[in-house]
Amino acid sequence: MSDLPKSEEILKDVEHAPPKKGWMNIPVDIRKGMYCYAANPKSLNALGFPNVHEWNPKDEDWNLPENWQEILHKGFKERLDRFRSVKVFMDICVRCGACADKCHYFIGTGDPKNMPVLRAELLRSVYRNDFTLAGKLLGKIAGARKMDEDVLKEWWYYLFQCSECRRCSVFCPYGIDTAEITIFGRELLNLLGLNIDWIATPVANCYRTGNHLGIQPHAFKDMLDFFVEDIEDITGINVEPQFNKKGADILFITPSGDVFADPGTYTCMGYMMLFKYLKDKYGLDVTWSTYASEGGNFGFFTSHETMKRLNSKMYAEAKRLGVKWILGGECGHMWRVINQYMDTMNGPADFLEEPVNPITGTRFENAKSTKMVHISEFTADLIKHGKLDLDPSRNDDLKVTFHDSCNPARGMGMFDEPRYVIRSVCNQFYDMPRNTIRENTFCCGSGSGLNAGEDMELRMTGGLPRANAVKFVHEKHGVNMLACVCAIDRAAFPDLMSYWVPEVDVTGLTELVANALILPGEKQRETNLRGEPLPGMEE
Amino acid sequence: MATVEFKGKSFDVDEDGFITDYNQWNEEWVEYVKEQEGIDEMTDEHKLVIKVLQEYYEKNGIAPMVRVLSKLTKFKLKHIYELFPSGPGKGACKMAGLPKPTGCV
Repeated sequence: MSDLPKSEEILKDVEHAPPKKGWMNIPVDIRKGMYCYAANPKSLNALGFPNVHEWNPKDEDWNLPENWQEILHKGFKERLDRFRSVKVFMDICVRCGACADKCHYFIGTGDPKNMPVLRAELLRSVYRNDFTLAGKLLGKIAGARKMDEDVLKEWWYYLFQCSECRRCSVFCPYGIDTAEITIFGRELLNLLGLNIDWIATPVANCYRTGNHLGIQPHAFKDMLDFFVEDIEDITGINVEPQFNKKGADILFITPSGDVFADPGTYTCMGYMMLFKYLKDKYGLDVTWSTYASEGGNFGFFTSHETMKRLNSKMYAEAKRLGVKWILGGECGHMWRVINQYMDTMNGPADFLEEPVNPITGTRFENAKSTKMVHISEFTADLIKHGKLDLDPSRNDDLKVTFHDSCNPARGMGMFDEPRYVIRSVCNQFYDMPRNTIRENTFCCGSGSGLNAGEDMELRMTGGLPRANAVKFVHEKHGVNMLACVCAIDRAAFPDLMSYWVPEVDVTGLTELVANALILPGEKQRETNLRGEPLPGMEE
Repeated sequence: MATVEFKGKSFDVDEDGFITDYNQWNEEWVEYVKEQEGIDEMTDEHKLVIKVLQEYYEKNGIAPMVRVLSKLTKFKLKHIYELFPSGPGKGACKMAGLPKPTGCV
């Protein structure tokens, strides 16, 4: 990170003019700061992945298996047969360019191969060569090219410069989902052992221990106990959570980042306080699980099979505990996995009930098939029915804006519930410009497993469009807090903000709720969950 | 995988210079990271941070969250940065021989 240029300097060489040579004639330059380290073989072996080997992206020789081209061709073919969507996306693009300037990585880096159309073209060119008559006969004229080691390196470099955020897809007149092209491409790379470590090691941890961080059950409990003590200091209330409780009403699952990394830990305290409130007031019985202790799914960034394996714990644990339905925490890609894949992949979860909020009677029609409700929907519903005692003035030191985390926004259409919650618990809320929020939201720049330490230049340039919109509301309205509903956001934004808009801090939604929430019997609070004096309580 | 040789001892390290096998940790490693970090002298406070990190890691198989480290040592985060200029992760955890945390962190 020490090599990262200062924010005043990083954009000076960025331009968006077309290069003089055609893209096929520009060789890939694997640049430090823009890529993540190669996967640790230990992690890939733990998952039983093929062709595991030591390699370094900067080396000339990637130690590929001898028949790597054959493996790749076969893998490509199998997936064209298996995924109709991929076949369509390979054929249908007319290269109109509507997506070109919609990608945060293209805007931030000016690298033409980060235009979604061209990133996909890296794969399509090989597709044409291997699988279409025109490509076989006409070669380059038909936009086809042969796979070789340089092309493979180019694939790897740019497929790990896409965060699968799907902003470009919103603008595609054909509805091509570029995230699916990236998912497909990364799956092929995994056939050759070419994953990145920031994905492979969390996946191995999750598979073996239950969560990305490798937190064992006793440590998981220990961490929540630590929050219990802190909350008791602040509120005078013991919010002790329940673990693995059979017969509880609801199973709660959230990303493990929330129990480990700041500022997500304050959001985690918020969940615990909300559940305590609902237990005391309405008798709602919520349990945590030390087995299904991960909401996120870095398997999604690896292969369909790996995603399925990691996701299977959710339903398995809900079934074992005999809960009615599952409540999910503030995670991003977890919700795309749930909404797009879980029901058909590991369901149907016919042992669960169609989710109804027992306190308000609201039926969550949208969660009918998955049986899984988002905490923001759940909280919004409670507030709408007047079920929470709130004192929004405790958040009066904050001027808040909301970042629509890509997957809950574009992957499940959740736009209004988080805003309704924020407006109910904070008196000062300002949205960012319309073309940067809701379905047009800009990625944090670090999604899909790219939030490592070594690719900081990629993250800071890719995060520029989002940071720029935050800067706008900061300068116009004095916004000083960026709220979000995703653990990668909470991990990535503190770095992004300190780089571009250092006056703005980062929070999860439920932290704001818990600061405003009046627990039955609580003492007069003097500080917020971070131990900072509440407005009016300053010395 | 790279190897670091220091004062007759050898350590396997990852790209960020963390030792990959906790069992290789020893006093020479502490001295090596001390030089890397530009720490003039190892004080009792440095030693306490290392001790707390290792005890937690041996019990839990993971580094403690920063807030727990702060509570157990009674040092504010700012002071931990004064002790270890690269911070609790890249400075203190590295010296203690703990692996880097990965995931949504």
